[in-house]
Amino acid sequence: MSVVPESIKERIRGLFERYPNKQALTLPIFHLIQQELRCVPRESIEEIAELLELAPAQIYDTLSFYGFFRDENNPLGKKRVWICRSLPCMLRGGDKLLADVCERLHLSPGETTANGEVTIELAECLGACDGAPCILIDDELQLNVDVETVVKMAESKS
Amino acid sequence: MSETFQPVLLRRLGKPDSASLSSYQADGGYVGLKNALAKTPEEVIQTVQAAGLRGRGGAGFPTGLKWTFLPKGYVGDIYLCVNGDESEPGTFNNRVIIEADPHQVLEGIVIASYATKATRAYFYLRYEYGQCYRTLQKAIDEMYANNLLGKNILGSGYSLDIYLHRGACAYICGEETGLIESLEGKRAWPRIKPPFPAVEGAFRKPTVVNNVETLACVTHILDKGPDWFKSMGVPIDPNRPRDAGSYGPKLYCISGHVNKPGLVELPLGITARELIDKHAGGVWKGRKAKAVVPGGISMGFMSEKELDTPLDFNGPGSVGCLGLGTAAVIVIDDQTSMVDVLYNCCRFFAHESCGQCTPCREGTAWSSKILKRIRDGHGTLDDLKTLDDISKSIGTIPGTTICGLADGAAWPIKNALQKFRPDFEEFIKSKRKSDQKEFVGSH
Repeated sequence: MSVVPESIKERIRGLFERYPNKQALTLPIFHLIQQELRCVPRESIEEIAELLELAPAQIYDTLSFYGFFRDENNPLGKKRVWICRSLPCMLRGGDKLLADVCERLHLSPGETTANGEVTIELAECLGACDGAPCILIDDELQLNVDVETVVKMAESKS
Repeated sequence: MSETFQPVLLRRLGKPDSASLSSYQADGGYVGLKNALAKTPEEVIQTVQAAGLRGRGGAGFPTGLKWTFLPKGYVGDIYLCVNGDESEPGTFNNRVIIEADPHQVLEGIVIASYATKATRAYFYLRYEYGQCYRTLQKAIDEMYANNLLGKNILGSGYSLDIYLHRGACAYICGEETGLIESLEGKRAWPRIKPPFPAVEGAFRKPTVVNNVETLACVTHILDKGPDWFKSMGVPIDPNRPRDAGSYGPKLYCISGHVNKPGLVELPLGITARELIDKHAGGVWKGRKAKAVVPGGISMGFMSEKELDTPLDFNGPGSVGCLGLGTAAVIVIDDQTSMVDVLYNCCRFFAHESCGQCTPCREGTAWSSKILKRIRDGHGTLDDLKTLDDISKSIGTIPGTTICGLADGAAWPIKNALQKFRPDFEEFIKSKRKSDQKEFVGSH
């Protein structure tokens, strides 16, 4: 049975002409799969390899390098909230924000709330130090964030 | 000079609809490109060389000179890779200019591609910048619709495509050969050089990798001329035979313990003290600075006494820092423990080391663990010696690693132990524990 939706394969085929080889589509296909399935399942590796004409080991090699991608044992919640802990944020309460959010939601960084709404992640510098502490919600930055904002987001249904 | 200086790179910030092509053109946009297309590619390179532009991404390599390293008369594809993987802690200037004014960056990409005879430009953008991604894609679509991209740009006979490529949250992809490997769909392990990318880069073709701010500068150099660019900044120091000068405007990011964190554009060479006091509202809560990071944490620390150092390509190095880096200034107040600060830096590099070279992988991991032990009240004075040894033995300077990540990991340790040793000794002897909360998690 196929785990990678045909629509994703079609989109990737449409990008082939942009690159001199198909391997360059490795990150783009990981992104599309994770957006839709909330992880990149092990089962998808062979399908990706076939589509990109590579060995499955080459796909897994790249996949395992980027901690960004999850496997099926640890899928993402509906939203993924990254809390920055790097120096500019730490100096303005970033580490504390991360610790407080985890305490309030009873989880550790990397885990998802029981209602499946939000996965909390620790992040290294998100590039919004002008608004420290900052967070990233999926791929949208939010600046000058406090603990209540994150907790509310996690507790409300999207 | 800073009193009369008018921003150039940030001049359109806050204008309504500043990201659109029509508003950009209404403000004189794409004149630089027209000027470039009227010249030969070689003349464009000469113009950028005459301006004395040096790369803004951290290394400060002369941009025009980098372009001349491409093989002459090469038949086949040449690529331009745009380094938009801005990840150095404290750095956010690419994000601000892309979100507000994407066309000044894209114009620079077309000019640089024309100069280097590149057939395609791959814009590698860190995943975290989703807003930038959507803004850029919209701007690129507008360019295609207006013959600023695609076949026969503005009737010049030159054709170019720009493709956006998103990263996946890995700091190492900002290293230019790590970026290339990642673009190719591989783990982002930096390559041994030579061959340099100009000879064998992306997809084994000659490649130039340039930073976003650098390319925005190219736009303005072609618009206003090299003399205008060279009229700003710090000229070549005659006492430094290899100095290439510090010309042009620079985006300074200011964060940490200041009243007004933000992005400021000034001619290269402002002192850290002036930057903090005049442009960031001073140190917060009426406190004094204890330490200042001059250009992203890889560059190490300046002490309070060193704040009159000019933030140009020579200044930070003259006080023992690694260099100007990204000119991302992070201010640390006098109530903060350098033990916590250094731990934060070491933890960052341990997290972001790509793992390819053993000295970096192990050195960053161990320095982070040792600092954690000190923070937990179990440190010994011997630990400081171990940290010192690690800092002297990892990186391209001692010659033990492939890329400079480990030099950047070593520098905060070196500077912290040279300049703030009493902080560490006092902390260890008192057997105190840090009061900074910390949660360890996976990712």
